[in-house]
Amino acid sequence: MTANKYALGLDIGSTTVKVVLLDKDNNILFSRYERHHSNVREKALTLLKQVHEFIGGGNITFCLSGSAGMGIAEEASVPFIQEVFATSGACDAFLEDTDVIIELGGEDAKILFLTGGQEERMNGSCAGGTGAFIDQMASLLSVSVDQLDELSKSHTQIYDIASRCGVFAKSDIQPLVNQGAKKEDLAASIYQAIVNQTIAGLAQGREIKGNIVFLGGPLTFQSGLRERFNKTLKPEVTNTILPENSLYFVALGAALNSREFPLMSFDTLIRKFERAQTPKTKLEGLPPLFNTPEDYADFIARHEKDDVHKTDISTYTGDAYLGVDSGSTTTKMVLIAQDGSLLYSFYTSNKGEPVSIVKKVLYEIFALCSDKINIRACATTGYGEELMQNAFNMDFGIVETTAHYYAARHFHSDVDFILDIGGQDMKCFKLKNGVVESILLNEACSSGCGSFIETFASALGQDIASFAKEGIASKAPVDLGSRCTVFMNSSVKQAQKDGATVADISAGLAVSVVKNVLYKVIRAKSPDDLGKHIVVQGGTFLNDCVLRAFEQEVGKEVVRPVISGLMGAYGAALYALENVTKEKSNLSVALLDEFEYNSHAGMCKRCPNHCRLIINEFSGGRKYISGGRCEKSLGLPKTAELPNAYEYKLKKLLSYKSVPGKMGKIGIPFVLNMYENLPLWHTMLTELGFEVVLSGVSSSKLYINGQHTIPSDTVCYPAKLVHGHIEALIDKGIDRIFYPIMPHNFNEGLGDNHYNCPVVAYYPELIAANVTKLDLSTYYMPYFVPYVQRNFQANIAAFFKKTFGIKKRETLAALEKGMAEYEAYKKDVKRFGQEAIEYARRENKHMFVLCGRPYHIDPEVSHGIDKLITSLGVVVLSEDSISEVGNKMNVKVLNQWTYHSRIYSAAEFATKNDDIDLVQLVSFGCGLDAITSDETKSILEDNNKIYTQIKIDEINNLGAARIRLRSLFEATANKQKTR
Amino acid sequence: MAELIYDQTGRLLFTEEMRKEYTLLIPMMLPIHFELLTNIFRKHNFNVELLKTTGKSIVNEGLKNVHNDTCYPALLVIGQLIEALKSGKYDTNKVALLMSQTGGGCRASNYVHLLRKALKKNNMEHIPVVSMNVSSMEKNPGFKLTVGLSADLAVAVCYGDMLMSLSNQTRPYEIEKGETDELIAWYIKELCENGLSFAKYRKYIRQMVKDFSAIPAYRTPKVKVGIVGEIYIKYAPLGNNSLENFLQSEDVEVIVPGLLDFIMFMSDHHAADTRLFEINKKKGYLSSITESLLKRLQRMQIRAVKGSVFTPQCEFEHKKSLINGYVSEANKMGEGWLLTAEMLELIDSGVDNIICTQPFGCLPNHIVGKGMIRKIRTAHENANIVAIDYDPGATQVNQENRIRLMLAIAKKRLDKSMPNGPQDYKIPKKVSQEADNNENMGVLIQ
Repeated sequence: MTANKYALGLDIGSTTVKVVLLDKDNNILFSRYERHHSNVREKALTLLKQVHEFIGGGNITFCLSGSAGMGIAEEASVPFIQEVFATSGACDAFLEDTDVIIELGGEDAKILFLTGGQEERMNGSCAGGTGAFIDQMASLLSVSVDQLDELSKSHTQIYDIASRCGVFAKSDIQPLVNQGAKKEDLAASIYQAIVNQTIAGLAQGREIKGNIVFLGGPLTFQSGLRERFNKTLKPEVTNTILPENSLYFVALGAALNSREFPLMSFDTLIRKFERAQTPKTKLEGLPPLFNTPEDYADFIARHEKDDVHKTDISTYTGDAYLGVDSGSTTTKMVLIAQDGSLLYSFYTSNKGEPVSIVKKVLYEIFALCSDKINIRACATTGYGEELMQNAFNMDFGIVETTAHYYAARHFHSDVDFILDIGGQDMKCFKLKNGVVESILLNEACSSGCGSFIETFASALGQDIASFAKEGIASKAPVDLGSRCTVFMNSSVKQAQKDGATVADISAGLAVSVVKNVLYKVIRAKSPDDLGKHIVVQGGTFLNDCVLRAFEQEVGKEVVRPVISGLMGAYGAALYALENVTKEKSNLSVALLDEFEYNSHAGMCKRCPNHCRLIINEFSGGRKYISGGRCEKSLGLPKTAELPNAYEYKLKKLLSYKSVPGKMGKIGIPFVLNMYENLPLWHTMLTELGFEVVLSGVSSSKLYINGQHTIPSDTVCYPAKLVHGHIEALIDKGIDRIFYPIMPHNFNEGLGDNHYNCPVVAYYPELIAANVTKLDLSTYYMPYFVPYVQRNFQANIAAFFKKTFGIKKRETLAALEKGMAEYEAYKKDVKRFGQEAIEYARRENKHMFVLCGRPYHIDPEVSHGIDKLITSLGVVVLSEDSISEVGNKMNVKVLNQWTYHSRIYSAAEFATKNDDIDLVQLVSFGCGLDAITSDETKSILEDNNKIYTQIKIDEINNLGAARIRLRSLFEATANKQKTR
Repeated sequence: MAELIYDQTGRLLFTEEMRKEYTLLIPMMLPIHFELLTNIFRKHNFNVELLKTTGKSIVNEGLKNVHNDTCYPALLVIGQLIEALKSGKYDTNKVALLMSQTGGGCRASNYVHLLRKALKKNNMEHIPVVSMNVSSMEKNPGFKLTVGLSADLAVAVCYGDMLMSLSNQTRPYEIEKGETDELIAWYIKELCENGLSFAKYRKYIRQMVKDFSAIPAYRTPKVKVGIVGEIYIKYAPLGNNSLENFLQSEDVEVIVPGLLDFIMFMSDHHAADTRLFEINKKKGYLSSITESLLKRLQRMQIRAVKGSVFTPQCEFEHKKSLINGYVSEANKMGEGWLLTAEMLELIDSGVDNIICTQPFGCLPNHIVGKGMIRKIRTAHENANIVAIDYDPGATQVNQENRIRLMLAIAKKRLDKSMPNGPQDYKIPKKVSQEADNNENMGVLIQ
């Protein structure tokens, strides 16, 4: 042991480097931390040199820790200790009576239980709730991290924000920003999301109580975050402290641990780090974007041709048309002359205040126009379309696809493929004869790719233009993967530690974004599949690296208009020009002068959904309410009740009444396959004399109640909800719960086999193993195999005999009734489908088959997408209301899951009917839908139908779904017009 | 050139003629086993080639050709095959692809179909895909799992398991670095040339135990870590970023459950259906016969190892008995109950440190892997289990950091068990060979 000497601990984390020097009595002599901006090796050396200067050399013991320290420790051959371990060592030495440690770092979140069974946990691959997440969210709101903290303190309400990962949270926050939610509330909601993630995702049901210690950067510097923790953890049983040196515990642990190792001279240590300045590992790079400067020059010359004609606004007189594209992160505005030439354009980040920005720019435009230019019409598009149209009384509000098509057509009259990569979204449309033939939008996981590059550039202190410029010179772009920005972010950090240059990263990011769009969003069979005349646009394509990467990857030259970032607004303006009917726009300076606006939060109480609303009130008594799912919440008059199979099925299932009986109460969780099999079990159990108690309808509150027992954060949302339903039953005082395990389904003759997916099949077993509150002696999860009738009967009879002493004859009679009811239910759904189709044809309405699983009728799972569709004036069918029994499809995949077979069959049905289109609902994390969605898509596209997919999760962002559905609606309407 | 013949569903068949003219490409999973399996196919007159390619380009090819939300193993296997086809090394008119198909409710049953879709995408639909399965899906005139072939394959799997297990128990302790790997290489060659049949099985496995015991080793206690999980990810270095190598570089003894258990698990499906639900009786009877043969192979292995310095594999039935109270033996999609059983068996045999590997979003693992960890931890407070997701986008740093945390805990416990360092440790007295012989040998011979 070498306890009589200096001990030095160095902690290289994902964002900062920390160093601590201890004397023999473990007093801290020196401590310092600095952000390393990924120059980890250099910064580590600098800090070491500072310590060296401080004590003037001599002998020390040393140990390194931290996630970024691993590789360096090996190369410099210095002792290393895993950071969680270092933390727990430091806590042993420096803190007394600690029960739980919560440590949030740059990329990792950890929780350590020290008493009552020691346990250390770290976040999984998908989990957010870390410093990097806070940085991202702050930049989304255009505030510094300190400001975010300040803002959070004066919040008045908290929104539900998906806490699982940064990308999802962003998808939840973005629409709130656009709808005008207050920054104060958002800041606090972001912190609350982190708290929820830590408690649910990390602690996973283990109660956090006793003396809690906060460690790490975010918890040290952000008192608002600590406050959220304090409010959420039960104050009766917890006492939280932020210890002195809360930032340095990993480094302290490393220093303590260094005493296990021999003394070395400080000079040797410095030399070791000097030698380790250049990493040994060689990165496997991608081919460069441009081989020679000439290549680049040619490339630039080619794309400069695609410019738009400009007219000087100061000399122009006559009519003009305004287009406003209120995007998710930026606002774009364009004023064009009668000949379509550009008079004025404007592009800025929303900074969370889209309405005031538009107002300001409108003033500017009116000033420039003075009396000589008459704004004849204006149109708005994008996420904020409805908000803007309501706020400023704009003449037209058009869906984005239309706007982009108008603009692209201006540059390339034969355009048959448009790809738009904006800050948050990626959209592609295929066109045939000027009609949108298919629309692809990214799902949550791919969102934010565009703005990720920008955020990253600004973290390096560069603007996006100069960052892009660097990438052009890259000799070996780094491969950063393409799953999502959270994964990309950590790939970038790894690459930086391995010595990648800014140029290589810039080019690598461009390639990643392109790969994401090609392989995840478009999933084209071949480059020719995209189209002959491709127009690419959106702010992200202004980055030459992205444009080049795209051309390289598809092996084709494409058109990128010079006004790439303004195309939505430009298209809107063109739309206004072509569709104008009046002499003067509604918009006027007078209107702006009296324009006042305020927004406040509210809650709709007209149905159990309790949508959180944002109510924007404008001068002149105009009001725009957003956040709701249906007309009710928006205060609109209800449109004529259109047939909605989702609503019908749910009502039907909830109509089974419980009847008190001799056997007493038994609970059934209303989850997963119960949405299909409830008629059977409910009828049968009631027949046997049980009073069946259903867990109820899902809600986000119910979800949060069960969240702490979810063992896998990547399982689908419908499965996660099961935990809440079980808790709900327990809370209702139900001590017996019936939840049978059904690996197979009934044979409907639609496929080669009739399985349930593994999650639906075995979830009852997972519940038994994870919900500790459950009394397993009265939690019934018998295995039933329904496809061989005789055995099914025998198994069920045996179960009820053994468990409840019910005679076989009785059970079988009840089962028969149950089966009859189940068949009747299925028949009734089909009848409804038939009647809905007849109704639609009579009333000349369009129909969408909303294809999902039985459990997608749960309003908490579908987020009311069915209602959104009826609000568009479209009739909603479900896959099981139209799939014909025994109509086995010849598909190119193994067709062996009953629920999925119905989808193929429904797709085929849609192809045979002009007035029916298909929308597939896919739960995030549904592995089987990776297979079904491709197959369904090809069934539809082989028959010239548009395939639309909506991916759903706990995120509540209906904005993207709305755009998708509206686009589909308009596209099919146009198609029918041209026919 | 062989004629392209399709069945009534339009599936391209692998014909008898193709068997003579074509080369069958096999994607890599387990380096030792697959080398041996390849040679069994050769022995049965197939032209086969095992793909040993590695590198990022396989992942990229996979991303291009497979839906990105499909499991990582599908992405890698299909990526590896497509990359090979595009490499120009093979005459694409004289090549076919061999892929195993598990059947059952896991989406892995669909890999074969996804591969065909990928071929179509690349205009290579004329290349036949041969599904190797025991569920009588997709029959091919030129590829039949005959009794003889199946038996030989089973023997090769057992050899593979033996070599894997013995070498894992030797390599960390060998005095002369590299000796263990040399011995493996020697055995692969030797077995391929002389030993690939049941007749020589007993002789070779006994010799293996002797030869591996003979490698000079210093058996100080080391941290032992078991790897369980989805079958491809747990075995294939391509899938798990060479996890075994990483652990070995951390001075750890790695324990990987054998492939034979998985095959027994598969063949038990129908028998289990019969036992539990009285269905599939005919298939159940057949599968119970297969199973009893496989059990015999396993018992022979266990007996060969018993009494040596090595720990034998655990008997299948014992493994299965451990899941009581966790999952049912009717839970059989993917790795099903076997995965839970493997974790429990490791803990049961004193290996508390476990890495549970799975592809990102693996469906069965939500239940039988991650879903059971909490319960296992409650029942065994020493259980030190970490679940790691593998995916094209997951960074190695984050994976390794979590593994290191598990290792740090393991190391601390090991140190605690030896307060004075390794000198505390005494080599346990060797169980006498005779005692073992007396107990078991009589049964074994004939």
